[in-house]
Amino acid sequence: MPADARPERIVVVGAGLAGLRGAEAIRAAGFRGSLTIVGNEPHRPYDRPPLSKHVLTGQVAADASQLPSSLGDDVTWRLSIGAETLDREARRLRLSNGETLPYDRLLIATGTRARPWIHADEAKLRNVFSIRSRDDAASLRATLAAKPKRVLVIGAGFIGCEVAAVCRELDLPVCLIDSSPSPLARALGHTIGAYIGEIHRGRGVDLRMGSEVAHLEHADGRATGARLKDGEVLSADVVVVALGAVRNTEWMTGSGLSADSGGVDCDDHGHVLDESGQPDRSIAAAGDVARFPHPLYGGRRVALEHWGHAVAQAEHAGRLLVGEDLPVPYAALPNFWSIQGDMVVKSAGLTDGADAVAIVQGDPADRRFVALYGRAGRCIAAVAVDSARWLPAYADKVASGAPFPPIDTATDRPLREPEIRDPGFA
Amino acid sequence: MRVSVDLNLCQAYAQCCYAAPRYFRIDGREALFYDPSPAAADRVEIERARLACPVQAIRVQDPEA
Repeated sequence: MPADARPERIVVVGAGLAGLRGAEAIRAAGFRGSLTIVGNEPHRPYDRPPLSKHVLTGQVAADASQLPSSLGDDVTWRLSIGAETLDREARRLRLSNGETLPYDRLLIATGTRARPWIHADEAKLRNVFSIRSRDDAASLRATLAAKPKRVLVIGAGFIGCEVAAVCRELDLPVCLIDSSPSPLARALGHTIGAYIGEIHRGRGVDLRMGSEVAHLEHADGRATGARLKDGEVLSADVVVVALGAVRNTEWMTGSGLSADSGGVDCDDHGHVLDESGQPDRSIAAAGDVARFPHPLYGGRRVALEHWGHAVAQAEHAGRLLVGEDLPVPYAALPNFWSIQGDMVVKSAGLTDGADAVAIVQGDPADRRFVALYGRAGRCIAAVAVDSARWLPAYADKVASGAPFPPIDTATDRPLREPEIRDPGFA
Repeated sequence: MRVSVDLNLCQAYAQCCYAAPRYFRIDGREALFYDPSPAAADRVEIERARLACPVQAIRVQDPEA
């Protein structure tokens, strides 16, 4: 059928947050045809943020976070099944069970998976974990509940910091290791990362920044520790690998879509692009897997692993596929949160390319502050540590590209320009 | 019953904690803990929490849905 005809069959590939919210948007936009959701896990869509926090502390069961949904019985769930190939000419998917599934419109929301440990044989050791699925979280929870002597967390990004903080809440010795100079340095820069690192250190996390693990030591199928590149050996009876995520795009190989390990490319409407840069108007993508030009950042293509973005972009993509007229370009402001122990880190905008940062509210010494990031004289991102109520005001500056440094000041300090610092990106 | 909270929106006004103290709690200064699967019998309590949220961050799905 032509791209402008009314679709009768819509397929959503990916049964995570983006797939679910996209499917809901498709129904909410009035689509009454057949709607199928394909997911390679056996579970209905569930919320992942609790998996690295309250599931690990044991306060929430791993199987308790199924997402609320407005979908009724008029949806076909194809679970424990993955998409294997995409034939855009014939408009059909081939599934991992050998079936073919035709579509008139397709929503791609296959998300990411945990980036595996660099040595595949060591990744298979029984006490080496990563966290992506609720089954991952359940097995790590069971291991932490058995009171290990020392946990080694490799990777001090958001998930690594959350896991390290959980270990301290459980009173477990934990070592957090990363080649960066401070935790969260890739996301927030060393200047702000160092403040957050001090908070973790103050809570008893053994921070090993600027260190790299060469390989894991093991015996009888279990890791016993890690040998660092400088030769030091750290003993551990649990290892958590938190090295970020890899996008699930392999199944699009051969489809002619522009996709790689960084995501599938989309135009500024949200339609996917083929290898020659032409949009396929029968397919949209949303969530972690979608790489799209963000107008706030000069049209730079970004793929965002953010909960709020998965919701916003999926709603947009769902309505797009049903044929609604939507504002172009898609331009939702990126935002995320991370709960590290009882500390909340929130952000609005993207710090990439920042050339300056300033503490504009609060004080890192009180472990409560807002940092504003600038690039070429404009505000591009704001990060709040235990200061959520102040963030929206700074998010507005980011969304409107307000001048940096800001010309007004926070209510908690005298009227003067904040100290401008190097954000410390490598 | 299924509950999720948009923690981007949450600003720790803690109204949910007063409305449904068995299911919502603030740790530290502003870290919200919530139970994503409250008992169906406590629908009224959860609805009170949902309505009390100043930033409307709480989403609930009824058990029968």
